[in-house]
Amino acid sequence: MTVSLTMIGRGVRLSRRNLDTLIMAVVLPVLMMALFVYVFGGAISSTQSYVDYVVPGILVLCTGYGATSTAMSVADDMKKGVVDRFRSMPISGFSVLTGHVAASVARNALATFAVVLVALLMGFRPTASFGSWVLAMGLLLLYVLALSWLAAGFGVIARSVESASLLGFFMLFIPYLSSAFVPVATMPSWLRAVSEHQPITPVIETVRALLTDQPVGSGWLALTWSGGLLVVAFGWATWLFRRISSR
Amino acid sequence: MIVETEGLTKRYGPNTVLSGLDLKVAEGSVLALLGPNGAGKTTAIRILSTLTRPDGGAARVCGFDVVREGAAVRGVISLTGQYAAVDEEQTGRENLVMIARLHRFTRSAARARAVGLLERFDLVDAADRRVRTYSGGMRRRLDLAMSLVARPRLLFLDEPTTGLDPVSRTTMWDAIGDLVRDGVTIFLTTQYLEEADRLADRIVVLHNGGVVADGTADALKNSVGGTRLDLTFSCAEDASRAQAVVGGVTDGPTLSVPSDGSAVHLHRVLDDLLAARVSVSRVSTHRPTLDDVFTSLTAVAA
Repeated sequence: MTVSLTMIGRGVRLSRRNLDTLIMAVVLPVLMMALFVYVFGGAISSTQSYVDYVVPGILVLCTGYGATSTAMSVADDMKKGVVDRFRSMPISGFSVLTGHVAASVARNALATFAVVLVALLMGFRPTASFGSWVLAMGLLLLYVLALSWLAAGFGVIARSVESASLLGFFMLFIPYLSSAFVPVATMPSWLRAVSEHQPITPVIETVRALLTDQPVGSGWLALTWSGGLLVVAFGWATWLFRRISSR
Repeated sequence: MIVETEGLTKRYGPNTVLSGLDLKVAEGSVLALLGPNGAGKTTAIRILSTLTRPDGGAARVCGFDVVREGAAVRGVISLTGQYAAVDEEQTGRENLVMIARLHRFTRSAARARAVGLLERFDLVDAADRRVRTYSGGMRRRLDLAMSLVARPRLLFLDEPTTGLDPVSRTTMWDAIGDLVRDGVTIFLTTQYLEEADRLADRIVVLHNGGVVADGTADALKNSVGGTRLDLTFSCAEDASRAQAVVGGVTDGPTLSVPSDGSAVHLHRVLDDLLAARVSVSRVSTHRPTLDDVFTSLTAVAA
């Protein structure tokens, strides 16, 4: 327990001191949201206010950005030999990954808070009850955890910090092929098939439905995707970490 | 024996890095693994500190098998790798407290241990600065301090002074010397012969993944040949005339004669030259350095 807490303390402290990453983690989603609402929003016709529509998408977009910085910081640790020190100590080696994942969750929580705050200033009017907020945040937490473990795995196998950052390209790109910014009904049918069946769409749809007090249709699907991804990503990342020793 | 290996092998793809390494290290001693880059020094340390699995052979550290009883091995060793494994964005004190906490020290014990190590390694003034601002020597000292938090029985030092300036190097050597007096067994790798000569009780020369020499610094030096007399004359002709009298090898006006280093031998050589009326302008005795040993050993093995 002390070991995990110490590693979590380390992860959070290091990420608090890496100001560039921290500022980007908060500023980027806020800017993206402003871009979508003020630049594209007018052109995207929607029955509801566009800011209400886009907030869940932006929240999921920041998890992708957060995952990228997690992959990069894990890769950095692997490269620098810090991991060798931890692995030569009598502790479970992958607790160092736990530290990075915890820091990732903390960064995402901060970004989520900033996005919601700015969205409220921009006219976001969620109608959710307290219970729905808790459910929405819980689902996002589960999704962030899954993505962070996935990112940790990428960090372990990446040969360099630069290749770990490649993950960011996919993570930032995938949300566009979902219902994050426009309803999938507006897409060509082949793309719609992709968008409807990728894991991000049910997560976004569920968060959106919860925050705007709509019926939640894809809740179980979102939960299954996120939970399944978490189990697989955790197993994969820790397996990769143990496997380093055969190198 | 605190370290024992038998026929340790390791390959990376087509490259054989270790080809049957046999080593024995006595508790409380200092062993230097000496060799050029790529000789397998780091791989040997990585296997013994459980970071890498060997392909073949066996290795025991403090009686524990490094593959099957890795956790037990990790409980008694510490590793200071080639690159200072410190967190740049934490302060020196935070780094030390973190390691102590990972060794399950209580909060207050961890803080106390950090203070003790900061004092011992002369880092008190820099304790609350981020490591990013440290010099190379300070970083290495902190790295070593972090390895000592849990008082290991066996300390692995992989090239502890590579890249350090001469002053920092001497400071590191003094720190390592103190550890030896405390009874810590030290297993170090180096490519500096001077370092091995100064720190180690025993030197193992590694070349192409195998041991090519094993012994004390003096034994290794004697194995290459004893002392040599270098006699310098006023001209090359005199050197040749002297060669005809006492033998040896000439190099311009200098004649090198193998010797046992005794005064009797020196006297006889000078007397013979006096009798032959060749006047010597300068005499020096030359004891082989580890560099000579190294060059001759690796040349033979290559």
